[in-house]
Amino acid sequence: MWIYALHRLLYAIPIALGVSVICFALVYLAPGDPVQSLIPADATEEDIAAIKRLYGFDKPLVFQYFDWLGRALTGDLGTSLQTNRPVLEDVTRAFANTLAIALIAVTLAFAVAFTLGTLAAYNVGRPIDRIATSISTVGVSVPNYWMGIVLVIVFAVNLRWLPATGMGATGSENFDWLDWDSLKYAVLPVVTMAMIPLGVVTRSTRSAVADILSQDFVQVLRAKGLSNTRILVHAVKNALPQILAVMGLQLGYLIGGSILIETVFTWPGTGLLMSKAILTRDIPLLQGTILFLALTFVLINLIVDLLQTLVDPRMSRA
Amino acid sequence: MPADATITTAQAGAPAGPARRGYWSSVAERLRHDPVTVFFLCVILLAAVAALLAPVLAPHDPYETSMLKRLKPVGFEEHPLGTDELGRDMLSRLLYGGRVSIMMGVLPVLLAVAIGGTLGVLAGFLGGLVNTAIMRVMDVFYAFPSVLLAVAISGTLGGGIASGLVALTLVFIPSLCRVAETATSQIRSVDFVEAARASGAPTHSIIRAHVIGNVLPPIFIYASSLVSVSILLSAGLSFLGLGVSPPVADWGAMLSSLRQAVYVQPLVCALPGIAIFVMSLSFNLVSDGLRHAMDVKA
Repeated sequence: MWIYALHRLLYAIPIALGVSVICFALVYLAPGDPVQSLIPADATEEDIAAIKRLYGFDKPLVFQYFDWLGRALTGDLGTSLQTNRPVLEDVTRAFANTLAIALIAVTLAFAVAFTLGTLAAYNVGRPIDRIATSISTVGVSVPNYWMGIVLVIVFAVNLRWLPATGMGATGSENFDWLDWDSLKYAVLPVVTMAMIPLGVVTRSTRSAVADILSQDFVQVLRAKGLSNTRILVHAVKNALPQILAVMGLQLGYLIGGSILIETVFTWPGTGLLMSKAILTRDIPLLQGTILFLALTFVLINLIVDLLQTLVDPRMSRA
Repeated sequence: MPADATITTAQAGAPAGPARRGYWSSVAERLRHDPVTVFFLCVILLAAVAALLAPVLAPHDPYETSMLKRLKPVGFEEHPLGTDELGRDMLSRLLYGGRVSIMMGVLPVLLAVAIGGTLGVLAGFLGGLVNTAIMRVMDVFYAFPSVLLAVAISGTLGGGIASGLVALTLVFIPSLCRVAETATSQIRSVDFVEAARASGAPTHSIIRAHVIGNVLPPIFIYASSLVSVSILLSAGLSFLGLGVSPPVADWGAMLSSLRQAVYVQPLVCALPGIAIFVMSLSFNLVSDGLRHAMDVKA
């Protein structure tokens, strides 16, 4: 098991490097001269010369990449063209906000989906199974950015129960987990965000639990006269690692793909930051955010895999 | 796995047995008993035909603005679905918008099947270094959440249909490549392929005769499930302002520009989203139905 863990850990390094190459290449994908995309429009000649030196645009590409990587590794992701603040500072502040709603959303989705999926697996073909399957199909089919708008119409405009957008009455950018005045702004974004993981996790729980219920050892347990609840415990114990892995991946998708939902709710997380960076063509900010989020996703995948081996030693032999 | 020819010939010998049945007719038979799939298949076909025939079907010019008729409700005068924030006819715009939105659902997936599928079959069949090279590059692209990769590429390219197409194709290539690679390496070690190789058949003819036919069903099923994702993602990119440039109609862009008007005409504003939802739901359900009918485990 430890050998597997070490393998997995070492394997994450080339992946992370590959991710950094793609993020580095993005600047060259941007239309126009890469220097142009890195400097504000009103930059002076000296500014341009300074940027060119700083980024080493006079050197070959490979050297430029390693220079950039070296700076990125020490936490220097460049400076935002709009705010002139270090990119890393903006990204980490926004990341805390994204992480907050993503964590709540994935927990909520898991609680509902796990119950629904297990119920469905115990009642294959019955109405409860049909309902669970329909919910999961809708969850993965609904455009969540549109659902966010619908929720705003219903709960913020018509019923006036919850605030429509933003993160606090005063436009504060610090999320407080324990204060309802702060928390209520997160309700609609969280519910919207939970839709896709709800659909995916319900589906995988249903198939994982149904699969285990059809195995021989469950027949033996039944023959031994175990109650349904006791059998459920066995089934859940066997299905859980697999479902937790799916959920971990979903958390990664939520964090990396929060841009649509954060745009709908003007939630000041990494997604909204990217959205702003795209609108203002703030390439350093965009590149830094993408690198940060992609590396987070690599890290989440690594943690999920390692945890799964820890919980379920069968995995490392596969 | 498709029922192969040997079974069919065996059945043909039995006089009282059922009529000679090939793989595709048994798929069609299973679909006949699946009204849900057939219904949503019809929805997709109808939507596609409606979008194709938009110039004939649309009651108004989708670009004709009217200051007097802005944001009218569903059923207003000669506008069955109301008007948008510039007084343009919603029904006409939804019909024209379907052209871009449905195309952006299907085209990136087709391109990704061509590129990712080819790479996957090569990786799976040739194995060794080629496999390692191709699959490790795919792993790197896999390390991006799909929305992030799509936004990253489309965003740095500056938006527009072409950059959206490139972005979505790149998003789908790695997973299709994996499916193709897995299916190919499974088929590679099957007896009849070993036999073909032992009898000296050249690689390209083994791939053509034995591999493609067995690898296509899982790729096709997986690709069909991606169409729904592609519709959601491309509409999402448009919603972020990275899709078509105004005044071209596209469901995601319509949803985005109508967002300001949710307080005035909630129903009209919800229409483009409903269109996206119905298409994505239909493709999802049809994909599930086809998976069962074609008996592909993926």
